[in-house]
Amino acid sequence: MSEERDHTTDRGRDGRGVRAPLGTERARSETAASDHSEMDRRDFLLKAAVVTLGTVTLASCDEATREAFFQQHFHEMSADDKAALIARHQAAYKEKYGLNFEISVKGPLDGVQYGYALDLNRCVGCRRCEWECARENNCSRDPEIHWIRVLEMERSHGVDVLEAEQYYAPEKVPVLDQFYMPVACHHCDNPPCVKVCPVTATWKEPDGIVVIDYDWCIGCRYCMAACPYGARHFNWGEPKISTPVACEELPAAEGALQTAAEYPRPHTRDCVNTNTHALGNVPRPLGVVEKCTFCIHRTREGRYPACVEICPVGARKFGNLLDENDEVRYILEHKRVFIFKEELNTQPRFFYYYG
Amino acid sequence: MSEPRPRLGLFLLALVILVGTIGFLLGIIADDKPKQTLTAGPMNPLPEGEVTEEGIEVPRPPFSKDIFPCSDCHSDMDVNPERRELVEEHTNIVLHHDEKNRWCLDCHNANDRDKLHLASGALVEFSESYKLCGQCHGEKMRDWRAGVHGKRTGHWRGEKRYLLCVHCHNPHSPRFEPIEPEPSPKQPEELFE
Repeated sequence: MSEERDHTTDRGRDGRGVRAPLGTERARSETAASDHSEMDRRDFLLKAAVVTLGTVTLASCDEATREAFFQQHFHEMSADDKAALIARHQAAYKEKYGLNFEISVKGPLDGVQYGYALDLNRCVGCRRCEWECARENNCSRDPEIHWIRVLEMERSHGVDVLEAEQYYAPEKVPVLDQFYMPVACHHCDNPPCVKVCPVTATWKEPDGIVVIDYDWCIGCRYCMAACPYGARHFNWGEPKISTPVACEELPAAEGALQTAAEYPRPHTRDCVNTNTHALGNVPRPLGVVEKCTFCIHRTREGRYPACVEICPVGARKFGNLLDENDEVRYILEHKRVFIFKEELNTQPRFFYYYG
Repeated sequence: MSEPRPRLGLFLLALVILVGTIGFLLGIIADDKPKQTLTAGPMNPLPEGEVTEEGIEVPRPPFSKDIFPCSDCHSDMDVNPERRELVEEHTNIVLHHDEKNRWCLDCHNANDRDKLHLASGALVEFSESYKLCGQCHGEKMRDWRAGVHGKRTGHWRGEKRYLLCVHCHNPHSPRFEPIEPEPSPKQPEELFE
C-alpha cells in the first residue's frame, strides 16, 4: 500500500510519472544514444499521426466511399461482396436517376460460346441498331457515345476503311451503289485490348464476352489504342442520360413491322434502362472505357441482343456456336463469311456474311 | 532497466486504440452488407402472335386495316376468274411481282377466300404464306427456316418468333423500299458544344 502511495506522490509532484526522481539516469540514457529509443518515439508519433489521420479521413467519408475504397477485383469478390456492390450501386443510381435498378452479376451459361453474324447484303444502313444500342445500354447522350458505328462504303471499292463514312445523312437509305457495315466490339478470342490493360480491368469471360469492370478501370485508354475495330469508347465528360424515365414506362418500340412508317425510331426513345448487368449496361462513371457486351444482361438470360431485335431487315444474327442447330453456326457452315481485319489474328466472334 | 516498461505500456495502449478503431470501422462496413438475390430483372414478354401447324410462332400477318376475313365481303359474290384491272375495290394494290405472268387468283383461293393456295392447289393459311413464297424462292425459304434470312425476335435459347416474308416484303410489290435513317452520330468536334 505504502509503495503505491509513493508512486502517486511522485507522479503528482512533477507530472511526468516515475521518471522524475531519476534525473541522473535520464541524462545518461540521453547521451547513450538518442540512439534508438528517442528516434523510435518520434517515428512512432509521426506514423501514428498519419495512420490516425488516414483513419479519421476514411471514417469521415460516407460508407459507400469506404466500401468503394476497399472494393476488390471482380474476380476476387465473394457472393456477399457482389451483393454489397449491387446495393451500393443501386443506392447511387436511385439518388442520381430516382429509379430502382435491377443489377445482375449473373455468370456465363454452361456449354455456351457466343457468336454473332451480320449480313452485309441485307444491311441498309438505317442506324437503328446504333441508337437502340445506346438506349438499351444507357450510353451517355451528352456527350454522345455509340457502341455501334455504321460505315458507308462504295460497292465498287469493297471494304475499305480509309474511304468509309460514318456521318452519312441522306434522306433515304440504302443509297444506290453504297453498302453499309456496322462495326462494334468483335469479342476477339485473341483480344489485344485485354492484353494491354495494365490493371486487368477488362477480360474475356468463359462464354466469349469481353467485359470491362468499370470500378476497376483507371481510364488509361491503352485498350482503345490496341483495338483495331475502334470499338472502345471513353467517357470524356460526365455521362448524361437526359430523361430519367425507365424504358418500361415508355411504349415499346417493338411490334410487327408492317410498313416503313412503323419502323421504330429508337433515337426518340430517350429513357434509362433499369434492367442491367454489373459488367454491362450499368450507367458508367466519368473517365472509364466502355463498349459492346453482346447485351450481357439479355443474352445471359437467353434473349437476343437489342440490336438483333431492332434490325428492320433481319441482318443481325446471334447464337451459340456450340449448338449445331444454331443460326450463326449455320451461317459459318453454309455462307460466304468475311472476317474483318483477319490478318491481325484477333480471332473475332463477330462475322460478316453475304446471305 | 525498469524504465522502458512504462513507455512500452504507452505504446501498446496507443496501438490497441488504433487497432480497435480500425477494427470498429471494418466491423461497421462488414455488418452493413445487405443480403440480396442476384437475379436479373423481369423479361419483356413477347407480343401476341400465332403458331403455325409446323409449330413456328409468327405475328399476325400484316393485313390492311379491316380487310380480313376476306369472306366477309366475298362470300356473297360470284367468282369472276377473268384477269382484269380492279376498279371498284383493292385499287391501292399495285402488282409488281412477276405481274406479266400472274394475277390475284394465282395465289388467293377463289372458293375459300380466307386461304391462299399453292401451285398444287393445296390450301394454306395466311400465317403459312411462306410456303407459297417458297415455291419460287426455295433458297430463301431454306435460309428463313434456318433463321438466316429474315428476322427473329425473342430468345436465342428458347422461345423465338419469326417474322413472315410478308412482314418485310409487300407480297404484291416485294422489293424492300428505302427507309429514313436514324440521325448521324455527332462528330468529335461537336461532342462538347
